[in-house]
Amino acid sequence: MDALNIFIKAAFIDNMVLAYFLGMCSYLAVSKSVKTALGLGVAVVFVLAFTAPVNWIITNKILAEGAIIEGISFDFLGLIIYISVIAGLVQFLEMFIEKVSPSLYNALGIFLPLITVNCAILGATLFIVAREYNFAEATAFGIGSGVGWMLAIVALAAIREKLRTANIPAPLQGLGIAFIITGLMGIAFMSLLGLNPATYFG
Amino acid sequence: MADTKVAPKKEETSLFGTKERKLLTDPLNDDNPITVQVLGVCSALAVTSQVKPALIMAIGLTVVTAMSNLVISMMRTSIPPAIRMIVQLLVVAALVQVVSDGLQAFMYDVYAELSVFIGLIITNCIVMGRLEAFAMANKPWQSFIDGIGNGLGYGVILIIMATIREILGKGTWFGITILSPEWYVPNNLMLLPCASLFLMGVIIWIQRGFNTKLVGKS
Repeated sequence: MDALNIFIKAAFIDNMVLAYFLGMCSYLAVSKSVKTALGLGVAVVFVLAFTAPVNWIITNKILAEGAIIEGISFDFLGLIIYISVIAGLVQFLEMFIEKVSPSLYNALGIFLPLITVNCAILGATLFIVAREYNFAEATAFGIGSGVGWMLAIVALAAIREKLRTANIPAPLQGLGIAFIITGLMGIAFMSLLGLNPATYFG
Repeated sequence: MADTKVAPKKEETSLFGTKERKLLTDPLNDDNPITVQVLGVCSALAVTSQVKPALIMAIGLTVVTAMSNLVISMMRTSIPPAIRMIVQLLVVAALVQVVSDGLQAFMYDVYAELSVFIGLIITNCIVMGRLEAFAMANKPWQSFIDGIGNGLGYGVILIIMATIREILGKGTWFGITILSPEWYVPNNLMLLPCASLFLMGVIIWIQRGFNTKLVGKS
């Protein structure tokens, strides 16, 4: 049940975008229409669902102390290896999307390869390492973070679509109002703070 | 009369000419990495609850951007296009590892506070963005200056936000008490994540209000 609790916590309470501000760049840039936001969100969920367990395996079975050579830890190679795994997976996902859905591929444009440098992906891995989750918890955390990110970007896209006809002061249009909307969403999500899923799901 | 070939004029690049000074001053206002280019927003929001970590983060990012710009610019003609991103990521990851280890060794309290955000300098869009947009097409010295300029622009926004948040949220600045707790009740909202989002929106509002060239950019 721990894994389910962590999933719920990562998706709603410790939301990657609204609580930790990871993945803001593509979040702000791709949230102009709900369709592209949904496409990018699903792509991020896929990348996280695969990189979280893979990076966990690498961290604990290869880089950890004594895993390959007794007494030596390769932790210092961590960052380089994580980012390489992510880059490889995004490259693979890009080829997959191009084959399966060319329209989505064209709609996402440059932002598909930019998932590689999406802070949310590397951030989830670094959180998993720092919090020393086990395998199931790490996977649940990865998928949960992705789902949370997707929720936030789709919500922002929906709001921005509605705001297109609103009377916003010129200097605030576009980027400024996107920040303020996100702040308000953050406050709304804060109402879930302190909620411990374990009390409901055991 | 023999045809004299006119030698092509060699492009003059000085150490601190107008172009170089522009590279340093543009990112401060007109081309600010955070408010105009929309890069590096994640860390700008997350580490600004106090001035000290914000300052260290800004310095760290400036170092990484400048050095990676320099290295990639020196290598720019010999990187095969197919593995361009991987090479850039490796250079940046190595630099960030060095910065991270240095911080862990010499300033452990700041390292503990910044935690994952030091590693996340790798994915900081400013670093990758400047590599792709500038270092891959320009000479090493100009790329280095561009890295410093963008780091400064980033640092300015970070310090402004951190100053407001720390003074209003805690009454201190860099640990020095400014608004004494005897009469000032700290505004805890300023220390929450959402406050940095509002503040950023307001800063953009004010900047575009003064600098009308920027109105209408996404």
